[in-house]
This record gives sequence, C-alpha cells and structure tokens, in this order.
Amino acid sequence: MFTFTLRRLMIAIPTLLIISLVIFLLLEAAPGDPLGDVPLTVPPEVKAKMREALGLNSPWWVRYILWLKQFFWVEPVHLWDALFGTHFGDGMQRVISFQSRQPVMQIIAERMPQTLMVVGLAYVVGVLIALPIGIISAYRQYSWFDNIGTFVSMIGFSVPTFFTGVVLIIVFAVKLQWFPSVYDTTLKVTDAASFWAQVRQMVMPVTVLALYNAAQISRFMRASMLDNLGQDYVRTARAKGLTEKVVVLIHVLRNSLIPVVTVIALGVPTIFGGAIITEQVFKVNGLGQQLILSIHANDMPMVMTLTFIFAILIVLFNLVADLLYGILDPRIRYD
Amino acid sequence: MTDTSSTAVKIRPPRSQWWDVWDQFKTHKGALIGLTIFVIILAAIFIGPLIWDMAPTYVDLRARNKGFSLAHPFGTDQLGRDILARMLAGGKVSIAVGLTAMGLSIVLGTFIGVLAGYFKRLEGPLMRLTDLFLALPLLPLLLLMVTLFRDPLSKSFGPEGGIFLLIVTAIGATSWMQTARIVRGEVLAIKEREFVLAARSIGTPAHRMVMRHVLPNVLSPIMVSATLGIASAIITESALSFLGLGFPPDFPTWGRLLFDAVDQMQLYPARVILPGLAISLTVLSVNYIGDGLRDALDPRIRGR
Repeated sequence: MFTFTLRRLMIAIPTLLIISLVIFLLLEAAPGDPLGDVPLTVPPEVKAKMREALGLNSPWWVRYILWLKQFFWVEPVHLWDALFGTHFGDGMQRVISFQSRQPVMQIIAERMPQTLMVVGLAYVVGVLIALPIGIISAYRQYSWFDNIGTFVSMIGFSVPTFFTGVVLIIVFAVKLQWFPSVYDTTLKVTDAASFWAQVRQMVMPVTVLALYNAAQISRFMRASMLDNLGQDYVRTARAKGLTEKVVVLIHVLRNSLIPVVTVIALGVPTIFGGAIITEQVFKVNGLGQQLILSIHANDMPMVMTLTFIFAILIVLFNLVADLLYGILDPRIRYD
Repeated sequence: MTDTSSTAVKIRPPRSQWWDVWDQFKTHKGALIGLTIFVIILAAIFIGPLIWDMAPTYVDLRARNKGFSLAHPFGTDQLGRDILARMLAGGKVSIAVGLTAMGLSIVLGTFIGVLAGYFKRLEGPLMRLTDLFLALPLLPLLLLMVTLFRDPLSKSFGPEGGIFLLIVTAIGATSWMQTARIVRGEVLAIKEREFVLAARSIGTPAHRMVMRHVLPNVLSPIMVSATLGIASAIITESALSFLGLGFPPDFPTWGRLLFDAVDQMQLYPARVILPGLAISLTVLSVNYIGDGLRDALDPRIRGR
C-alpha cells in the first residue's frame, strides 16, 4: 500500500507538470494581449515599459520556469510566513495578477470561503440525500418509489444547472420573494438575524448543486446495492436468521458503499467546475466567477494559477479515490 | 423458453440482429417516449422553418416585448424579433453542434481506443495520454480555448463558421476519453477470441482485421456512448453560451437565447423558460434513448 501510494505520487508529479505546461502553452498560443485594453493614446514607449514591467519580454520558457518557481516555492514560503509570522519570503516575487496587481494567492484566499461554503455544503447535502434514495430504490426495485427516483434523477442530470438556477430564481425570488436572488458576500454572520439571512441566501445555490450531485450519486448507490443484494452472502445472512434491517443496513450497505465512496471522492473536483456556472447564476463571488472575470480580462497569471489549482484537485482526488478503494476493500491489493 | 422457440423457428424468416435490438428497445417505455420526443424536436427544427418562415434576425421595433399572440406564438424579444423563429434557428445550431461534436469525439475516441487495444506497443503511451486528458480541468480549459481563439478563427472562417468550428473542436477534443477507455477494454477482450485467431492465421492484415472483425464487435458500446455524447455536447455548448462565451448575439442558440433573456427574467420569465425547456427536453430524451439502447444492445438482457 505504501509503495503504491509512493508510486502514484511519483506519477502525479510529471502529470501535473505536463498539465501546467499545456495550460501555459495554450495561454501563450492565444493571440490575446493583456495590454489590449490600454487606450491607444498611450505612447508606444510607455507601452513597451508596461510590457517589461509585466514580464512579457522574456521568452516563454523563461516565464514558464519562473511561474513554476513562484507557484511551487515562493507561494508556499509566503504561506509559511503568514502562518508562523516569519519573514523568509520577503523580497521574493509572488505570482501577481495583471488585473489588480495583487498577489494571485491573496485573491484566491479571499474568494475560497464563498466557493467552499456553497459548493462544499451542496455536495454534502447532495450525498446525504442520494444515499437513502439509492438504498430504498434498490431495496424496493421497480416499486413506485424506485420509478419516481429514477425519473427524478434522470431529470436531475439532464436539466443543466443554469436552467434549474434560473427557474428557482423566477419562482422563489421573483414570484414568491422567499429568498434573495443575488448572493451577498459582504454579509457577516454576527447574530441570529444575519445568520438567518446567510441561510436564506444559500438555500437556492445549494439546492441547485445538491440536486445535480444527488441525481448522479443516487444512481451509483442504487446500482451498487443491486449488485450486492443478489450475492450469496446476503442469502446466507438471511438464512442464519439475521433481521432484515441488519442484513440490508449493515452487511449489504457496507459492501455497497465501497465503490460509491470512490465515486464521491472522484466527484469532488468536478463540482468545482460545475460551480463556475452556479456562481455565475447567483452572482456568488467565488473562484469560478474570478476565473471568468480573469479570462475576459486576459489576466494570464490568474487564469494559469486558478486552472492549475483545479488540475491539482483532480489529480489529488483521483489518488484519494484509489487509496480509499484499497483501504475499504480488503480484496484489492495494489502491491 | 424452449417451447416457444421451437414453434417460432419454422415460420420466422431470417432477420438481422438489429430487428432484435429494435424489439428489445421497444419494451423500454422511457426510451420509446424519448425517441418520439427527440424525433418531434428534430422535425420541428428542420421542417418548422419552412412553415414558420419568419426570419429570426428580422427586427421589428414596433412589436417589441409582445406576449403570446397569433402573430407571434411565443412572443417577441426586446428588439421585436420573433421568439418562435429564434427558437427554431437556435435549435438547429444547438443540435448541429451536439451531433458534430459527438461525431468528432466518437471518431477520436474509437481511433485511440482501437489503436491502444489492438497494438500492444501503442497501449502504454496512448493510455497515459488518456489519463492525462482525464486529469485536465475541462470546463476552465474549454472557456479558455473559446475566449482565446474566437477572434482569429472568426476572422478566417467568418463569425458563424469560425465559432462553430471552434466550439465543435473544443468539445470534441475534450470528451473522447471515456469512449477510448471503453473501446480499448472491449478490443482487448475481443482480441483473445478464437475468430480473431482464425482470421489472423489466414493472414488478414491489421487494417482489415480492425475494420472487419474488431470494429463491428465494439459497435454497441460506441453507439451508447455516442448517444450520451450528444446530450453532454448540447449541455456543454449551452453552458458556454450561457457564460457569454458561445456564439455571437445575432446568431441564436438555445443557450444564447437563455443567456440573453436572463437580464429581463423578472419581467419576461417565459423567454428564459422556453429555451431552457427546449435544452432540458432534448437532453432528457437523448439520455432516455441512450438508456434504452444500452439495455437493447446488451445480449445478456436481450431476448429475455
């Protein structure tokens, strides 16, 4: 197990390097110019100076290696400084956003809580809804509950999240006026009233994302339960007189959860991608919205760093899923 | 089972396996309804403009923001353009994008899957490549590709052709991985079968081997993933349009219509609901067709 983990980590490093190179080259090949928005009245020599200040003069591989150094060395050092109050990182050049001239990581740190709160909560809610639905659907296969569950989950992953979001806004924010349609991120939770406001504004984005996630996970849960319910050990468990509750909720459920847990782990990075759309619908100023803003503004360091963070999440959770599978299922041996 | 087949054998003329597939497909109620709806949508989009021949770009400033009426069944938008005509035109683009992008991703995926499964030397590098693509953050990359390359491509191929090409290529190039994996797995299994050994022993060259013996046998998983591919391509395209990064404004697609209507959804909710419903219905029906096809093409389920 340990050697397997080590080997996978070793593979992850070149994978991430290649991905970062691909993203960098894509940005490089693009004809967009970060100075495109600078007015034409600015004289060319000033423009050349600005270009130099942004570091656009050096060849691409120099900038790529510089970015790698900044991302993997300078930023962790700064994080260390911020956590422990040391000053190792003083004077080192951080990854700076073209748009706001702030360190990219600072902006990401500011926006991370909104994304994590909405997306993370939505995923947890989605899983909590999906598991019981999947279990009951499988246990009562082809019952009315199962049929409705199948139909609802089919709708859940056929209807795009931007449409569900907009419909929820029309019904609950415009017509009924129960919830605000725009997510107010300046809201600070200090007392019961502001906490209630926070809950109210989170209801709709969380519902949209949770519905979408629950649709997929409940399908996996159902299929996995069905696989296990037909196994010989279930018959044995029933034959030796265990109650139905123990058979289903302990024997079958524990075995069925193994593949589902890995699916849940694999789904974590994709929800960040899906959140790009939901954040746009509800105007949550999280990471996804920042990505779109930066793409429109040709803010290369920001786009590069954000996209790469998404890539790290994917690689990381792939690894987590593999390891979880090995830990949970004693039949899987990687060595 | 044995009784019925012995009586049926003498009258039934020989039939291809596709009739069996169709028989099985018909038993799946959801798939049948899905197929009907999809055919209706296709018919509406391709025959509809012949009947409802109002130009989707015709601006009539005197008839702005009209509700449902006989002259404009779905009303008009803020520039007085007829929404029914725009929906029909938008559907044509959305479905064309879905079909073309699916075609590209299936061809790419099958090609890579067959190469990786059939030729042992290529397996390692190609599967590494697939894993690498699977680890890419796809939506951010799609957004990037579309924003960065839209201007040069629309210059060289015209605003519509360029964006169409760009979106189709971008979606196709980022969605072939699942197909490649499935096809490779199937090819690996088929390669070990006796008929392949027999074909090889009479000296069949590799290309004919793949075309005649391997590909027909991996057709069913390819068809299922093609169906599901249409659905995801339509969703991706409309998501791009919804984020404002799809087709230009005077060139409607369902996603674009939805995006344009979001600003005024408080006043005119119908304009948001209509294209959204169209996308959802299409995707839902395609997903149901895929579901039914999967059951129908599975020989373990078929004939039971």
